[in-house]
Amino acid sequence: MSEDAATAPIADSPKPEPQTAVVADMPLLRIDAVAKKFGTFRAVDKLSLDIRAGEFFALLGPSGCGKTTLLRMLAGFETPDEGRILLDGKDIAQVLPHQRPVNMMFQNYALFPHLSVRDNIAFGLKRAGMPRSDIDTRVAEMVALVKLDGLEKRKPDQLSGGQKQRVALARSLARRPQVLLLDEPLAALDKKLRESTQLELMELQRRLGMTFIIVTHDQEEAMTMASRIGVMDAGRLEQVATPRELYEAPASRWIAEFVGEVNLFDGQVEPHEGNRVVVATRDAGTIFAAEPRDPVTKATVCVAIRPEKIKLSRRGPASDVVNAHAINRLEGVVSDVSYLGGFTTYKVKLDSGAVLRSSMANTARLDIDAYSAGQRVMAWFTPDDCVVLEQ
Amino acid sequence: MSARRIFARPARRAAIAPYVWMALFFLVPFIFVVKISLSQTAIAQPPYTPVFDLTGGVGAIKAAFAALSLDNFKLLLSDDLYVFSYLRSLLVAVVSTSILLLIGYPIAYGMARLPARWQSVAMMLVIVPFWTSFLIRIYAWINILQHDGLLNQILLALHLVSTPVVWLSTDSAMYLGIVYSYLPFMILPLYATLAKIDPALLEAANDLGSSPRQAFWLVTFPLSLPGVGAGVLLCFIPIVGEFVIPDLLAGSDSLMIGQTLWLEFFTNKDWPVASSAAVVLLLLLLAPLLLYDRLQRRQLEAR
Repeated sequence: MSEDAATAPIADSPKPEPQTAVVADMPLLRIDAVAKKFGTFRAVDKLSLDIRAGEFFALLGPSGCGKTTLLRMLAGFETPDEGRILLDGKDIAQVLPHQRPVNMMFQNYALFPHLSVRDNIAFGLKRAGMPRSDIDTRVAEMVALVKLDGLEKRKPDQLSGGQKQRVALARSLARRPQVLLLDEPLAALDKKLRESTQLELMELQRRLGMTFIIVTHDQEEAMTMASRIGVMDAGRLEQVATPRELYEAPASRWIAEFVGEVNLFDGQVEPHEGNRVVVATRDAGTIFAAEPRDPVTKATVCVAIRPEKIKLSRRGPASDVVNAHAINRLEGVVSDVSYLGGFTTYKVKLDSGAVLRSSMANTARLDIDAYSAGQRVMAWFTPDDCVVLEQ
Repeated sequence: MSARRIFARPARRAAIAPYVWMALFFLVPFIFVVKISLSQTAIAQPPYTPVFDLTGGVGAIKAAFAALSLDNFKLLLSDDLYVFSYLRSLLVAVVSTSILLLIGYPIAYGMARLPARWQSVAMMLVIVPFWTSFLIRIYAWINILQHDGLLNQILLALHLVSTPVVWLSTDSAMYLGIVYSYLPFMILPLYATLAKIDPALLEAANDLGSSPRQAFWLVTFPLSLPGVGAGVLLCFIPIVGEFVIPDLLAGSDSLMIGQTLWLEFFTNKDWPVASSAAVVLLLLLLAPLLLYDRLQRRQLEAR
């Protein structure tokens, strides 16, 4: 963008600026202020996003957030009302789907029921006018890639769900698209198969070095597979970040609640104390937070703390070790305990009446660290565990 | 196991119903027809011999069996009248079914692509003609096609013709009548298969590099073939035996087998020849039915 500012004063110069620098900086895919309306409903609202070559990018959001519409615009099944979609620097927003170097893996696979596995995979290659012998080689390659050996002659009806998913993947990869779009690719698989397939997809993407854009409503799926996640709501991108950033530094209250579990305390910002942001909350007293941003005093904010950051103990950490600003302490009574194997979640009813959720890893086999309902406990967390979100 | 047996029993009993129906109302009457086709015409009541008479004892029944012969079938094959009737029936059925497919497919395709709530309206429009008696609709066509009928009036008013065209008692009128009457039987099975095709399949074809036209021929059309088969059979078989439409709209110079059968039965009172004509017609129609059945079975096995 600084490129524009630099060229502006010499706009009259007869020779245009060399574009190489810009091209090198260009992401593989640039979505530029794209908007799509259905009637009066804004499915995608002036959305901009850059995706680099080789990324595994996830579009995450609740149903109806516009993520599928965005994906369909990338595939060409919908045409944007406004904005540009630049693939490798060329605007493809108006290019017909069958002329785009982009392929899609469909949610329910959309395998051609009258064609064999082989012919499904070869379908796109035949349309591209590839010679027969090359098609055979490529199909064999794809069949081996997704481990479908021996099933080439089967019809989709004779395949299991997992096998269909593989055929769909092979079919969409066969043309070696610049970008592979995956629309809820694992939604139809059961949990165990879904987890192993997630790993296979990641491995495949790394091996092929291809750019994958996946649409999902399953945050765990997005977190597991994607290198970056764009969270969408109401046609807009709420945050684009790595899985870790998204979870540990959510940009808004909505994201904090949408991604994972969270405890939220509304309050007002008080004057600083040292390098601590001080928030006077309604339900949890004064909370000290370490926050790189500096919220305006008296601003209404909410403090977000992930359950696993909240430790429970009978007495709390010894107060002589740390000063009062270093630890936030809340007292309450355990109201609910759920043992989940690897960890246990507790609900603690604070003295203010609010309920706090804490989850603690079961690092020991014996239950010496467990708390039971009715027990009075101290819940504590450090200022670093708090995220202050402006309302 | 026991639970399965309990549920299986009423289901098995229900499965017998169509067989009982077919035996009572098709097989038994057909045996009568076959028997009459092997008899000789006679001026009597009933108008053929031999007549099985159980009162005559075993000897009489044996004699009756001995009197049966294939003479009527030999007559059918030797007389041009019958051979031509069969050939004309097949020709009319092939031509009409082809026209029906050419007209019905685009209509069914259009219906299947309408928004859901317009699909039921379109369906109603296809079915609505059935609310009027078939005969009345054919008579209405006579009205439209006659010398000073609506069609000629319009053609004259538009100066497309200078003198009224003869429509009635021509093959064109007959084809018009047949296509008009059978169109719903072509459209409905086609529509049923086309509407079932997942639109995502066309998007997938599109995504993999086929233009919408290629996607139609590579995906939609092959997937609609069961509907094409059902529509073709539903039209072809009754058209071969069609009697009313050719009788009312076509000329009398060449007859379809249905008309010949009628003549033999009611005008010539030759029940045995009429019966043998009917038996041959049935055998002719069995061929496409068996073919269709085989194709369907192969499709089921492929699953």
